[in-house]
Amino acid sequence: MFSKVYSAGLQGIDGYPVQVEADVGNGLPGFHMVGYLASEVREAEERVKTALKNSGFSMLPKKVTVNLSPADVRKDGTAFDLPMAVAVLTAYGVGEPSVLEDSAFIGELGLDGRVKPVRGVLSLVTAMRDTGKNRCFLPKENIPEGMAVGQIQIVGIENMGQMIELLKNPNKIVSESLSCRSFLEDPEKEEADFSEVNGQRLVRRATEIAAAGRHNILYLGPPGSGKSMVARRLPTIMSSMSPKEQLEVSKVYSVCGMLPPGKALLGKRPFRAPHHTISPQAMAGGGRYPKPGELSLASRGVLFLDEFPEFRREALEILRQPLEEQKITISRVHGSCVFPAGVLLAAAMNPCPCGFYPDRSRCSCNEQQVRRYLGKISRPLLERIDICVETSPVTFQDIRGQKEDNEPSVRIRQRVEQAGEIQKKRFEGSGIFFNSEMGSRQVRQYCVLGSTEDDLLQRAYQTKRLSARGYHKILKVARTIADLDGSDCIGKKHLSEAISYRDLEEKYWGNGV
Amino acid sequence: MAKEREKEYLYWLCSLLNLGAVSIRRLYEHFQSFEVIYNIEDNEMESAGILNRSQRKALAQWRGQLDVCRQAYERLSEEKVRFVTPLDDDYPKRLLEIYDYPMGLFVKGRLPKEDLPSVAIVGARGCSAYGETLAEEFGRALAESQVQIISGLAVGIDGAAHKGALKGKGNTFGILGCGVDICYPAQHYSLYSAMEQSGGILSEFPLKTRPRAMHFPMRNRIISGLADAVLVVEAKERSGSLITAELGLEQGREIFAVPGRITDHLNRGCNLLLQQGAHMAISPRDILEYLGVKCRKELILHEKNVNGLAKKEKMVYSCLDFKPKHLDDILEGCGLGISECIGILLELELGGYVFRSANHYYGKNCEM
Repeated sequence: MFSKVYSAGLQGIDGYPVQVEADVGNGLPGFHMVGYLASEVREAEERVKTALKNSGFSMLPKKVTVNLSPADVRKDGTAFDLPMAVAVLTAYGVGEPSVLEDSAFIGELGLDGRVKPVRGVLSLVTAMRDTGKNRCFLPKENIPEGMAVGQIQIVGIENMGQMIELLKNPNKIVSESLSCRSFLEDPEKEEADFSEVNGQRLVRRATEIAAAGRHNILYLGPPGSGKSMVARRLPTIMSSMSPKEQLEVSKVYSVCGMLPPGKALLGKRPFRAPHHTISPQAMAGGGRYPKPGELSLASRGVLFLDEFPEFRREALEILRQPLEEQKITISRVHGSCVFPAGVLLAAAMNPCPCGFYPDRSRCSCNEQQVRRYLGKISRPLLERIDICVETSPVTFQDIRGQKEDNEPSVRIRQRVEQAGEIQKKRFEGSGIFFNSEMGSRQVRQYCVLGSTEDDLLQRAYQTKRLSARGYHKILKVARTIADLDGSDCIGKKHLSEAISYRDLEEKYWGNGV
Repeated sequence: MAKEREKEYLYWLCSLLNLGAVSIRRLYEHFQSFEVIYNIEDNEMESAGILNRSQRKALAQWRGQLDVCRQAYERLSEEKVRFVTPLDDDYPKRLLEIYDYPMGLFVKGRLPKEDLPSVAIVGARGCSAYGETLAEEFGRALAESQVQIISGLAVGIDGAAHKGALKGKGNTFGILGCGVDICYPAQHYSLYSAMEQSGGILSEFPLKTRPRAMHFPMRNRIISGLADAVLVVEAKERSGSLITAELGLEQGREIFAVPGRITDHLNRGCNLLLQQGAHMAISPRDILEYLGVKCRKELILHEKNVNGLAKKEKMVYSCLDFKPKHLDDILEGCGLGISECIGILLELELGGYVFRSANHYYGKNCEM
């Protein structure tokens, strides 16, 4: 007898529908599997056979054929165990075939018949919902992820015995009901807060601007001046994630099996701080069958690169295109995948090998060492960073924290969100959301300067020898500063502040004379 | 013609880096001709007693290179490089005064003029922003009064002095520790090419000689030798700048030093010089007075006149120092908001009152 069960496979971070077909007939007894299978899928044969036996179903010696269609796409992962078992069972004539019509099955099997959780359930269930299925059988541990997708009934399965029981008596099938809150990670639970940062007024301000306009930011300063401390708190002042963003971010984490236990959606913006020994593949994503890298894990959040010049050159250069396009395409022999890469890049570095340049009383590096150190950051990558800011050396009062009360993240976030609203309204329907994403046409349209401002920029341009790209960046950052101020037009003070975040590049990376 | 022939042989001799300037001079004084030195038998050379055995051996081997050297010598003009020797009339008279004057100078651009005073400005490579400003201002002020500025084209004080001299529309000369066709350090290429036009690049090393550590103390004697006075701006206790000053003293040059804080290690060399009796240079006028040059205007370094500034600008300006301060400290001092303070600082910077040593470090500019 022939039977067909619906399931889904993973390609990149998206699911695609797979039909698991099984046929049981007369002939030389055996178990055959076809459909371009990876070895872990091939091994499912033993798991399925043993799990069925241990769940009280004895397979009669027949010729069993299992096919995973479409047969020209490579299948990997262990999520096909359960659908295979169900297909074989129904092909043997167990259960009501009507159950299979509008249902999907996902799960891994243990030899004892237990159904185990799998990776990427968010994407798999989304794919099933989109192909018109209205019920999905999932391992019990994956229920929250399935529920998070919405508009599809979720049935949790603990073991194969239960599955057989439900197949036989479809009226016993009860879909799960969970409250929305229980699978969403609590966004308010923050370990880090901006109120812990003492002093550093300038850096706080620059960070706020970076968060408001989604500008990439570079922190420069002596060791121990709090560069990483500030960067770590950057996600806490960014606007909170919309449900759509939450789903997009969580999908990546689900595919990588990195969701926090029991939760299906991430509520906090991701913060990824890979170590500087990271390989280009780990940064961008890769592998024979592409998997997301740090860049995609940090999407919609912050990618923090501490000790920026110590990173391998290829690992940094690979960021150039994704930073512009907000996505990354990984092409390999076995297919190409598009991963999200809409990150806010925060980088931190010392200005020289010893870290104290330009404080000559403490820095003992010679000019050449400093240049060589700074030269590790390529100009094109630098051009993608809108804001450069220098931390000030920490004073004793800063350490003791005796000064005025520091502003907590919540208050800063309010301002950032207000500026975000203004930007959203401005760019409605244009496909972009933040000032940093503006093209040159939009810069011309939205960053109009008055005559005094124009004059100031012209003077600054001539004395500081800014590049064409630098010019646009200043305008974009000035736009964000004006938005934070709630001002419609870019004023002189907005412009001059934007200029001050810019010309570090000319100072450190310019040609000297 | 005979002189030209002699110069060819001298070029050949100068290309042999084993021989020092003094040895070559003594050889010439003994044999009275460079051609003779080339043709002489080894035993006769030994009896002259000027060179030791290894030098004689090197010289004997070097004889085979004469044709190569001749060709290189002829190619010099293509590279717009002159080979100036004591045999030439325009060889700098100041250099002849010193004991170990170079026997051959490679010159790109011009030689310093004899009738104009010249001052060497030297100092640390890793100098402070303050030192750089001072070197530039001294260089500019002196150049404006027709003083030629001699230095070593190195980064830091040297480069700033050259830069100042060019700003003052004066002539400035760089003495290199490598061939004159090599710009070392490479980041000074724009200075290097500007100095070819208004001044010159000099070296005693043949073209294509790579910069080596031992060359730099050697070129220091030429820096001080070409100058009437040596000004040390910022120097550590053990540094090449102090070597230059000492050489200058041996050569009978007047030494000037810019005083500094006694705790600052970058000023220690200068203060030491002052203690030992160097002239104190508080303004370019001090040097001009020594040189007997009339200065055309009051030349005292001081803060810029701030009468034309608005009230808040004055307030921010008063929080600054010649030593650059971080913006956070300035904010602390003036009590203004970040945006406002940055705006004022930018205005001050564009007006030339303030300079930025790094991104968010600001310092006061000085003025003559």
